[in-house]
Amino acid sequence: MNLILDIAWTHVRGRVRQTGFAIAGVATGVGFSIMMASLMQGSQNDFTQRLINTLPHITVSDDRRTPPKQPAESFFAAAEIHGLTPEARRPGIKNPLASAAALEAWVPGAIAPSVRVPAIVRYASQDVAITVVGIDPRREALVSDLPKQLRGGITLSVLYRATNAIIVGDGLAAKIGSRPGANITLQTSEGMRLNAQVVGLFHSGVRGIDERTAYVLVKTGQILSRQTGLINEFRLRLSDPMISREIAARIEQDTTYKSVSWQESNEDLLNSFIIRNIIMFAVVGAILLVASFGTYNIISTITHEKARDIAIMKSLGLSESTVRSIFVVEASIIGIAGAIAGFVLGYLLCIALGTVTIKSPFMDADHLPMAYTYTHYLLAGAVALGSSVIAGYQPARKAARGNPVEIIRGAT
Amino acid sequence: MSPTEAAPLRSAPRAAAAPLIEARKVTRILPGIVPTTLVHGIDLAISSNEFVAITGPSGSGKSSLLYLLGLLDLPTSGEVLIRGQETSSMPEEDRAHARLTMLGFVFQFHFLLPEFTVLENVMLPMRALGRLSQADMRTRAGELLGSLGLGDHTSKRPDQLSGGQRQRVAVARALANEPPVILADEPTGSLDSKASEQVFELLRDLVEKKGKTVVAVTHDLDMANRMHREIKLIDGAVVTDEFQVRR
Repeated sequence: MNLILDIAWTHVRGRVRQTGFAIAGVATGVGFSIMMASLMQGSQNDFTQRLINTLPHITVSDDRRTPPKQPAESFFAAAEIHGLTPEARRPGIKNPLASAAALEAWVPGAIAPSVRVPAIVRYASQDVAITVVGIDPRREALVSDLPKQLRGGITLSVLYRATNAIIVGDGLAAKIGSRPGANITLQTSEGMRLNAQVVGLFHSGVRGIDERTAYVLVKTGQILSRQTGLINEFRLRLSDPMISREIAARIEQDTTYKSVSWQESNEDLLNSFIIRNIIMFAVVGAILLVASFGTYNIISTITHEKARDIAIMKSLGLSESTVRSIFVVEASIIGIAGAIAGFVLGYLLCIALGTVTIKSPFMDADHLPMAYTYTHYLLAGAVALGSSVIAGYQPARKAARGNPVEIIRGAT
Repeated sequence: MSPTEAAPLRSAPRAAAAPLIEARKVTRILPGIVPTTLVHGIDLAISSNEFVAITGPSGSGKSSLLYLLGLLDLPTSGEVLIRGQETSSMPEEDRAHARLTMLGFVFQFHFLLPEFTVLENVMLPMRALGRLSQADMRTRAGELLGSLGLGDHTSKRPDQLSGGQRQRVAVARALANEPPVILADEPTGSLDSKASEQVFELLRDLVEKKGKTVVAVTHDLDMANRMHREIKLIDGAVVTDEFQVRR
C-alpha cells in the first residue's frame, strides 16, 4: 500500500496545475452543494420554526373525528337514520378545568383553554370573515408567541383595558383600514353583534393568521358565542414540538376529542418539503457529477501520459490490481483534497450568503436563513469522494489492462 | 535466502531437473484484418547459468520471443514453462508474481521512472514484493548500485545520468529481487561503444560470477559471438540454435 500511495502521490504532485484544476472542480461542486443544501434546509427550518412558534403544537377541540353513534345503531344490527340535524351550538369541552388538569398531569408542556368563534368583522363598510379566539392573557404566553408578536411595545394585558378589547392581525387591520383605538363590529352567524375596540396589533409572519385572526378575552369570546362558560379548545405547547403527533394521538385516545398536531394541520406543506428535498438532492447530485468529470479527465490524462510507466511497472511484476489501485488512489486524493477545499468554500459561501440583506413581501426574515449542519458536509464529501473514485476507476482499469508489450515496443 | 529461492512460482512444485525456461511449439499471431505471425512453432529450452543471444534480422520475432519467454505476452498457441510449470493458463496475478520473483527485464531504453531517484527506482521491485524491511531494501539497493559503480549517484534522478549509467541502473533494478533470469532486449542498442562494452561485461559477470541466466536480444553479432549460445530467428522461426565453444 505504501508503494501504491507513493507512486500515486508522485503522479499527482508532478502535475500541479492539472491536479489543481481537478481539485478546484470538485471543491466548487462540494462548496456550492453545501451552500445550496444549507440555504434550502435553512429556509425550511425557518418556515417550520415559524409554524411551530405561531401555531399551538396541539389543538384539542370539542369536535370528534367520527360522528357519535346513534342509540338505534346500538340496538339494531342495521339501522337507517334520516333527518339528523347537527347541533347548532357548539357543545364545548366538558368539564374544561378538570380536563385541562388531567392533561397537565402527563403532557410535557403547557395548556391554555380558549374559545374559538367564527365571526365577521365590520369596519368602514368592509366585511371580512375572521376567527375570533378568546384567550386567557396569563396563560397565552405559555402556549404561543403572541406576546412577542404584539406590535408597538404592548402586552396582552391590554385586553383588560377596555370593554370588549380586541387584538387584530396587522394584515387584517390593513385590510379593513383600522388602527388601535378603532371601534369595530363583530357579528356571528347566530346573529350576535358585538362592538369591540382595537387595542393592539400583532404580526405572526403567517399571512393566513395575520389577515384572519383576532384575539379577545375568553369571557368576550363566550359572550360572542352566546354560551357562558364555553371552552371549545385547548391549545398545547410541548417542550419538544417534534413529539406532537404522538402526544396528540394519545390525547385523542384518552379524551375522544379531536386532537390535531401542528404536523397534521400542515401536512400538505410538510409533504411539499419532501419534493423540495428531492429537487435539492437532484441538483446537488448534478453539480457533483459535473465535478467528477474533471476527476475523470485528470485521471485519463495521467494514465495516458503514464502509459509507458504502467507498462514498465507491469514488466517489473506489479499486478493489474496494483496498477489499478495506484490510479484509484490518485482519484481518491483528488476527491479528498477537493472535498476538504469544498468544505471551506461551502462554509464561506454560507456565511457570505447569510449576510445578504433581503426584503421580501413573503418573508419576515431580513437575511437569508442558512442551516449549519455537519450532515451537509458529510453528504457532499461522500458523494464527491465516491464520484471521484468511480470517475478514476474506469481509466485506471483500462490502463491496467493494457498490453505492456505494445507500449514498450512503441516507446522509443 | 534469496526471494526466488523462497518462492519461485506461487502454485506448483519445482519440476526436478527441468529447464529454467522452456518454449513448446510457441506461436504468436497478432489478430487483425490481416493477422500477423510474430513467431511460430518455437521449441527451445534454456537452462541455468546460460548466456544466450537471440539474433536475427529486424522483424524476425526476436523481441516477440523474449516477451513471450518473459511472460509479458501470451502465446496464441503452445506453452511457455518456467521451471517446468506451464504459465499461459496462470491467472494474471500469478504471472505478475512470477515476473517479480523469477525474471528481471532490461530494455533497449532504460525505462526508469523519471519522478523517482535512482535508489527509489532500484527499490521499486523490492517494494512490490514486500519481503524486506524499508531499511534492508535501501541497503540492498545501495549495494547493488555500488557494485555497478553507481554508488555516488543514488539520490540523483534518471535525467541527471548518462545513457550508460541509466542502463546500469536498469540492470540494478532488474537484479533487485535476485531473479535467476535476466531478459534483455537490445540492452546496448542505444549506447555508444564504450558504454555498450561496459553493459555487456556487466551481463557476462552476472552469468559467470553470480550464476544468473541471461537471455539477450541483440543485433550486434560480435556481442552474440561472445555469448554461450546463439539462437537465430528468421521470419518468426528458429533457424539455428548453436552452443558456442568460446566462453
